[in-house]
Amino acid sequence: MRRDVFQAIADPNRRAILGLLAKQRLTLNGVANSFHISRPAVSRHVKILAECGLLYISQQGRERYCEVRLDKLREVSDWVEQYRQLWEQRFDRLDDILEEMKKEK
Amino acid sequence: MPSKNKTTVTAESGKQELFITREFDAPRKLVFKAHIDPKLYVQWLGPHGYEMILETFEPISGGKYRYIHKNKDGQEFGFHGAFHEMSEEVMIQTFEFEGYPGHVSLDCMTLKELPGNRTKVTIHSVFQSVSDRDGMIQNGMEKGVSEGYERLDDILEGI
Repeated sequence: MRRDVFQAIADPNRRAILGLLAKQRLTLNGVANSFHISRPAVSRHVKILAECGLLYISQQGRERYCEVRLDKLREVSDWVEQYRQLWEQRFDRLDDILEEMKKEK
Repeated sequence: MPSKNKTTVTAESGKQELFITREFDAPRKLVFKAHIDPKLYVQWLGPHGYEMILETFEPISGGKYRYIHKNKDGQEFGFHGAFHEMSEEVMIQTFEFEGYPGHVSLDCMTLKELPGNRTKVTIHSVFQSVSDRDGMIQNGMEKGVSEGYERLDDILEGI
C-alpha cells in the first residue's frame, strides 16, 4: 500500500506524536508512555510516520529512538507543495487515461 | 515503464497569479480529448477520495460547466464557470468555488506540441487579488486535509 504524507498526518494521534517528537527525541517506550493509547497502536502510528519519511528510527544499544525529520515536516507545511501534489495526483491519473487512449487508436 | 513527468507549480509571493506546468507522453489531440470528453474528464479531475459529478459540461467556446466533488461523508463542494475559448491550442475558462462565491479566477491553459508526440501543458491562473490566490492554494478542495495541515502548522510554530 502506498503511503503518502496526507494520510500520515490525517490522524490526530499521529499529529500528536509528531508534536511531541518535534520538541525532543524519544525512545519508542517514551512515546508510548506519553499517550493513553496502547503500545501496539503507538508502534503502528510510528511505523506509518517512518514509512512516509516523517521520522527516523535509530537503534542505540537496546533502545530504539524516534526522531522527527523537520525538513520533511516543513516541506509538508508548504501550501504550494500541497497544491502541487493535488495537481500531480490529477495528472498522474490523466497519464493512465492517455496510455489507454493510445492503445485504443 | 517511463519515468514520471514532473508537475511544477510557481506562485511568487505577493502576486495574484500562479502557473502549473506538466508534460505528457501523448499527442496534443489526446490530451485535449481527455479535457473535453465528459467520461474521461471525471476520471482524473476529482481529488483523491472524492466522487466527481459533472452536472453541466459544454466544453465549447461560450459554453458553461458545473461540477461537484463529493467526499465519503457526503459533503459536496461545487464549482462552476464558463468556457471562453476551447481549442486544441488554448483553453480559457473562468473558475469559481461555490464555497467562496464572488471570487472568480481566470484559467488559461495552453497545450504545446513537443517532438516525439509529446505535449506540454501550462496553466496560468489569474485571481482577483493576492489573498484570493493564497486562499485558493491554502483551502484547495481537501478541507479535511487542510485542517490537518493547520494543526501541523501549529506544531511547527511550537518548536
